[in-house]
Amino acid sequence: MATIAVQFKIDEKRVVRGLEEARDTLDGAGPEMMLDLSAVKRIDAPGLRALEELAARADEKAVNVVVRGASIEVYKVLKLMKLETRFSFTN
Amino acid sequence: MVKHPANPSEERMAYLEGLITQAKTAAAVFSQFTQQDVDGMVKAMALAGLEQAQPLARLAREETRIGVLEDKVIKNMVATEFVYNYIKDKPTVGTIREFPERGLVEVAEPIGVIFSLIPITNPTSTVLFKCLMAIKTRNAVIFSPHPNAWRCSSEAVRIMYETAVRYGAPEGVFTCLESHTLEDNAYLMRHQDVALIDATGGQGAVRAAYSSGKPALGVGPGNTPVYLEKSADLSMAVVDIIVSKTFDNGTICASEQTVVIDDEIYDSALKKFAELGAHVCNEKETEILGRALFDRQTGCLQPVAVGQKATDIARVAGLTVKPATKLLIAPIQGVGREHPLSVEKLCPVLSVYRAKSTDEALRVCVDVNHAGGLGHTAVIFSRNDDAIQKFSQVINAGRIIVNAPGSIGALGGVYNDMVPTFSFGCGTAGGNSTTDNVNIYHYLNLKRVARRTPAAMWFRVPSQIYFNFNAVENVRQFPSRSTVIVTNPGLEQIGHADIVRRYLPLEASVHVCVIPDAEPELKAIQQGVEALNLYKADQIIALGGGSMIDAAKIMKLKYESPEADLEELAAPFLDIRKRVVHYPTEKINPSRLIAIATTSGTGSEVTPFAVLFDKEQGRKVTLADYSLTPDVAIIDPQFVMSMPKGLTADTGVDCLTHALEAAVSTYASCYSDCNAMQAIRMVFKYLPAAYQHPDEEEARSMMHNAACIAAMAFANAGVGVNHALAHAFGARFGVAHGRANALMLPHVIRYNASVPTKFRPSPNQRAYVADRKYATIAELLGLDGRTIEEKVKSLAAAVEQLLDQLAMPRSIAALGIAKDEFERALPDLVKIAFDDPSWLSNPRMPLMSELEELFWCAYNGRGTALGTSAGQQAA
Repeated sequence: MATIAVQFKIDEKRVVRGLEEARDTLDGAGPEMMLDLSAVKRIDAPGLRALEELAARADEKAVNVVVRGASIEVYKVLKLMKLETRFSFTN
Repeated sequence: MVKHPANPSEERMAYLEGLITQAKTAAAVFSQFTQQDVDGMVKAMALAGLEQAQPLARLAREETRIGVLEDKVIKNMVATEFVYNYIKDKPTVGTIREFPERGLVEVAEPIGVIFSLIPITNPTSTVLFKCLMAIKTRNAVIFSPHPNAWRCSSEAVRIMYETAVRYGAPEGVFTCLESHTLEDNAYLMRHQDVALIDATGGQGAVRAAYSSGKPALGVGPGNTPVYLEKSADLSMAVVDIIVSKTFDNGTICASEQTVVIDDEIYDSALKKFAELGAHVCNEKETEILGRALFDRQTGCLQPVAVGQKATDIARVAGLTVKPATKLLIAPIQGVGREHPLSVEKLCPVLSVYRAKSTDEALRVCVDVNHAGGLGHTAVIFSRNDDAIQKFSQVINAGRIIVNAPGSIGALGGVYNDMVPTFSFGCGTAGGNSTTDNVNIYHYLNLKRVARRTPAAMWFRVPSQIYFNFNAVENVRQFPSRSTVIVTNPGLEQIGHADIVRRYLPLEASVHVCVIPDAEPELKAIQQGVEALNLYKADQIIALGGGSMIDAAKIMKLKYESPEADLEELAAPFLDIRKRVVHYPTEKINPSRLIAIATTSGTGSEVTPFAVLFDKEQGRKVTLADYSLTPDVAIIDPQFVMSMPKGLTADTGVDCLTHALEAAVSTYASCYSDCNAMQAIRMVFKYLPAAYQHPDEEEARSMMHNAACIAAMAFANAGVGVNHALAHAFGARFGVAHGRANALMLPHVIRYNASVPTKFRPSPNQRAYVADRKYATIAELLGLDGRTIEEKVKSLAAAVEQLLDQLAMPRSIAALGIAKDEFERALPDLVKIAFDDPSWLSNPRMPLMSELEELFWCAYNGRGTALGTSAGQQAA
């Protein structure tokens, strides 16, 4: 049975910071990281950049980032930016 | 073949990619914004644009040295205030329009990244306009200003961008290319992340946009003809033309180029122009002006002349004019290469042409329109509506401005109610995708949410139906001065016509029209119509079986509407409400049709159908329209007591087939169902008795009613594939309709009850229910079965049993038709059955191979299973 080493709940008021913290902990994250975006109602350009950096680092470290609770609006933004292929999604 | 410029250098590409990424990100982020979000930004931007209208105009004038400062201020104000006024209350996010009565909703979807070219002629107003549109529609824009207007355009972009971001717009929503090349433009136009090109500019830019393979709004040059028609308010027209042509020194591409003036007012028009500050050139001056303004080799306007003052142009050309001259007027004698001034002149130079007649004036306007102005703008000054209408018909222009200045009129919102814009769509003639004034709706993808509309259903039958013994007495209540009874020789002979005559009002003169009792032929119909005309009939009584009633229906149609073309009215249709041909509603001889049925099967007395036999062509013509439905139906069993046994069985099976097919039809409704189900019950209960004991009045009476009730069901729900098969087979082998139906019926029940190979569109139904309908019928008949399949099986068996009781032939083979003869006929039978409209309401869409299989089942008879190689089984 797979175990989830790290879980990150992103606060809408500090999306970029939260994502940066998540990125910085990827080293010890194990094979999978859970990123909870359920509190993020809207994502902006810096947030997208932070998410892209996190995805790039996760690729390097071979960590599967599972995004949880992304609203359909946020999911559509990821889709438009073709970022959704870099993550797994769960409800 | 379009030749694309080479790619920019790698370093340049990296720069361009950066712009794209920025815009793409902004567009993606913007997709989350609400209407409230964007409306707040748009208002702030409009105010910022208004505040900066003068500085931006000044910057534009200084940088481009084109146009008039004061006019550029007005342009900037129109681009903000007027555009804002137009868009402020328009929804552009989410649901933007609803049509509840049509079940339609339009939902807006942003486009994404727009690459936008800005012209030198309107370098700031176009930016202000496009920025407002983009924010209102949640799109990101990369601007590419004209190289000679980069400073002012980019300043306009900066002002709009900073205001938008201050009010919450995503960063990077507007970017502006730094000094750029054609390669840059070409690269961005072809880029996969650019969703739309909005090219306002010269012909080259527009062509490049359309050649890129991307969706594009390309808005290019024009050549506006003006017709100054003799009825015009001359004072107003001359002022309007001067206002327009001198506005920003003629840089708006919609401004007037050639004024075609009716001979009657030519001299006074030119006098007024001169009085108001125009210089009217003589022949020599016109020639000099043409040479000075246009490049002799290319025929193009000298760029240095664009947007310059009339006095400056005159000076450069070597003409002497008064210092206050606003406009140079050059009389021309024609349009084309040899008349250089007949094309677009983006400066205060106006050509005029003296037309000797309206025709000549229109012809010259069309020539100007075709000399570079197709699809763009045209102007007419006239108080004659006919002239305005004629002008609008012959001129191909997206904007035809009436009694107003062309340039400002075309911008919209000032002199008329057109949509305010700074981009004029020129339609396909101008190489554009639209003739509209480009607006916010061109910056949106509109998604149509179409809800399933409730099917329009109906139940239409004669308004009066009288039944039971002596129902015929009711004919006395219908006033008539002249009644014609249409019947056949046999019924006439046995005294049926006399029975009817007995009950007609005394004041009615009664005539009997006897026609052969076969499918009505055109000739017999014509004779009948002659009789109706001769007796000036106001009432027709059809007394007979289906054929006779059908004949009377067609007679009535031709009598009331002699121009009715039966051939055309028989045209096929898919939906009776949307048919191409319509039955006449104007009637010169209005009359009442009373149908008295003398058989218990076809139900023609209550249906909207009539079959005509075209002997010359050797084919049947089916007419269908609710206007054919008789006004009154009389179901009096006294007229069927003498029906022979065979006819009782044939018509009874026809009635059963009507009811069974109507019950499972895709047009079935609860109204038709109750009739169909009741008719089926009555047939099972009374048909064997009516057949075995012809004198049994109750059985006869109830079967007579059953036929009418079944007909009411199929008159509204339609029949099905059983009828299509029976029509084809019966006509080919001369088998009575009821018998032909009987041969197919059990096989069709099994066929319809199984899952279709191919479903057919049937908006009236929410599910495939034929099998359940058959099961319900089995329950009504008290047949065995626990599951739907078992009940269907029981129903088919019960039908088989009933057919046996009626001594119906149980296979085509049993009729003595040889297998090879049948096999030879089969391809035609299948084609004819497939062309028969009867199956259009069948619950299963029959494939041709399935029709063939059904024919084989009928050939082999009882026990043949669908899906087996029936042909082989027969062997």
